[in-house]
Amino acid sequence: MNESYTIPIGPLHPAIHEPITLKLEVSGERIVGVDVFCSQVHRGIEWIGMNRNNAIQSIYLAERVCGICNICHPLCMVQAIEKAAEIEVPERAEYIRTIMAELERIHSHLLWAGVAAHEIGFDTVFHYTWALRENVMDLIEYLTGNRVTKAIMMIGGVRRDIKEEGAKKIKEGMKFYLENFKKIEEIYLHDPTIKMRTRDVGILTKEDALKLCAVGPTARASGVPKDVRQDFPYAAYGDYGVKAITPDVYNGEVHGDVFDRIIVRLLEVKQSVDIINWVLDNMPSGPLLAEKNLVKLKIRLKKAEGEGIGRVEAPRGEDIHYVRLKAGEEPFLSWKIRAPTYNNVLPWIPMLLGGQIADVPIVAASTDPCMSCLNRVTVVDTDKKKEFEITKEYMHELSVRKTRRLMRNGR
Amino acid sequence: MVDNLIHLIEIIIGTILVGAFGILFGLLTKGIDRKLAAHMQWRIGPPIIQPFRDVKKLFCKENIVPRNAVTWLYNSAPIICLASTIAVLLYIPLGSIPPVLGGYGDVILILYLLTIPSLAMVAGGFASGSPFATVGAQREMVLMMSYEFPLATTVIALGWKISTLHPGSVAFSLSTFARYPVWNIMGPFGIIGAAILLVVMLLVTTGEITKVPFDIAEAETEIAEGLFVEYSGKNLGLFYLADAVKTVVMASLIVALFFPYNLSTYLASHISLPTIAWQTVDFLFYLFKIEIVIFFAMTFIRVSVARFKVDQVVRVYWGYLTLAALIALLLIALDVLL
Repeated sequence: MNESYTIPIGPLHPAIHEPITLKLEVSGERIVGVDVFCSQVHRGIEWIGMNRNNAIQSIYLAERVCGICNICHPLCMVQAIEKAAEIEVPERAEYIRTIMAELERIHSHLLWAGVAAHEIGFDTVFHYTWALRENVMDLIEYLTGNRVTKAIMMIGGVRRDIKEEGAKKIKEGMKFYLENFKKIEEIYLHDPTIKMRTRDVGILTKEDALKLCAVGPTARASGVPKDVRQDFPYAAYGDYGVKAITPDVYNGEVHGDVFDRIIVRLLEVKQSVDIINWVLDNMPSGPLLAEKNLVKLKIRLKKAEGEGIGRVEAPRGEDIHYVRLKAGEEPFLSWKIRAPTYNNVLPWIPMLLGGQIADVPIVAASTDPCMSCLNRVTVVDTDKKKEFEITKEYMHELSVRKTRRLMRNGR
Repeated sequence: MVDNLIHLIEIIIGTILVGAFGILFGLLTKGIDRKLAAHMQWRIGPPIIQPFRDVKKLFCKENIVPRNAVTWLYNSAPIICLASTIAVLLYIPLGSIPPVLGGYGDVILILYLLTIPSLAMVAGGFASGSPFATVGAQREMVLMMSYEFPLATTVIALGWKISTLHPGSVAFSLSTFARYPVWNIMGPFGIIGAAILLVVMLLVTTGEITKVPFDIAEAETEIAEGLFVEYSGKNLGLFYLADAVKTVVMASLIVALFFPYNLSTYLASHISLPTIAWQTVDFLFYLFKIEIVIFFAMTFIRVSVARFKVDQVVRVYWGYLTLAALIALLLIALDVLL
């Protein structure tokens, strides 16, 4: 039985809900080699933003980068545009953005917790968690009009206000989660079978997390206290003062395993509830938009020239949007999205090596991967009818060529 | 000669009836299990007849044989699996109705027969030539080797106790178990021992019918249904039926070993009914007992835990359950000696 063979996980596999391929070199049940192949889906979102849409239309496109992170992607993008076009966002809008982002974090972490339970075959917990999640979904629907694509972001502010009634509903919702947090904690952190399946499984050491640039809860569970909300505060986070949650907050030790990632996410749900309550209590009054008239805003954006970077702590980690505007052109001159999953896929390799096949689903799910966020590039040679991926050597060669060209032009 | 022929015809008709009962009741049980599990999981769940619809659909669908499969083995595995599972049912009494093949075998034979469906599944898995099925087949073998020992210990402990009390009887025959119910012949130590054995047996059943937490061979999220990954259409339908019958078989075995009580034995003196009516009452009571056993061995366990890993399954069976079974054996031995 010492002979090893390859098992393909993906591109379509019940454990991985979106297309990505993991080639596992397996000896019996033990994993002796892992290789990840990304880029199974490419939707050309950036291309549309740079060629077809104007900036305002691209907000709704950014929302559709991912079905779950549909606040953080547009938030990140509008931040980049606001920096590029030098638009000042009213304070109340920043606070509403914070509430929306934190509601999204609650719903995303609960969704993740349910999926993780399903991956280890614990369907009861999966159904319970998702039933609890319905509450925040209803809240989101009440506040924005939609359950999924919320369409609340706008360049220079937000599109909907949170009124007295809404604030009351949010308070009630947050009370519901604080009351139920004990139950969730009891299930996830004290159930013996969940602990059996997740403790010391898929360990990512602090060194590896730093070396592979892991982000979000994955990095924090390995003891790296990095959180964009803490390190580079945006929206209302600077006023609140977020502190990155590492598992040692809970039990004083860092293992960097799947169980620690559960701890971090559950504590973040509680943190989000605290943030929302604080933001509601301290909400300033004022306008919602820097520029109410859409036509004027469009003209202003068309005239703008410059570049901006938006950084947002998405539920999965740091999300970065880079936008470059050119005067006289409606679409972006350049738009680059770097979603958190991009950083969190490579850590799969040290996590899975030496593990068992049974660990693959929960380890892969523990980073909360989102392939639709991840995939940007597939190179297709239409003449030779061939698809290929860019290797490191080829990429290096291309970069060298481009640098030489730029240097020639500069002279 | 004529007697033999009539006996043979009786057995053939009995086999058909028992087979039909096993399949229909097995599917119904599956439906009830799904409904109960759904309610425990805060859902509504499918209608109880859903398994029948599933089977109907599977039997309408095409059989696909992978190119690198061993075709004859791949196609015969589901038939062997279903046939051997029904064969076990022929040796188990259904209520007060004696087993069709009652005089031809005992519990030891049943233990051996119970391994055949698993072996057929393993053969089918290896024959389908998929890496997922290979992993699934390996896991099924590990699982089978793990639960055999606690299962054998349980049966032997009970049989031994009966044989010491009633040396004249055929120790391992199920009719003997039915005549001397376990709980009636045990002393205080023996009752504790038998209770431990009952728990062991319930957990072995969960493994035998491969449900969470012991469904490592079919783990959907890990190896995509493992053994059955390449199976489709009628072949998959046959495996589905075999699984349904196996559930009834395992529950019937527990009922026969631990709860062989019939209502007629206790009530016939008070209420006078024709024999056929009493047999019907006993049969219904037996179905009720099966449902209770299945609820505890399958539904309740599978909604309350997560799936184990292979090494954890082996640890549970070879470690904890074997230890528990041996302790129970000691307790029963103590009971015999005192």
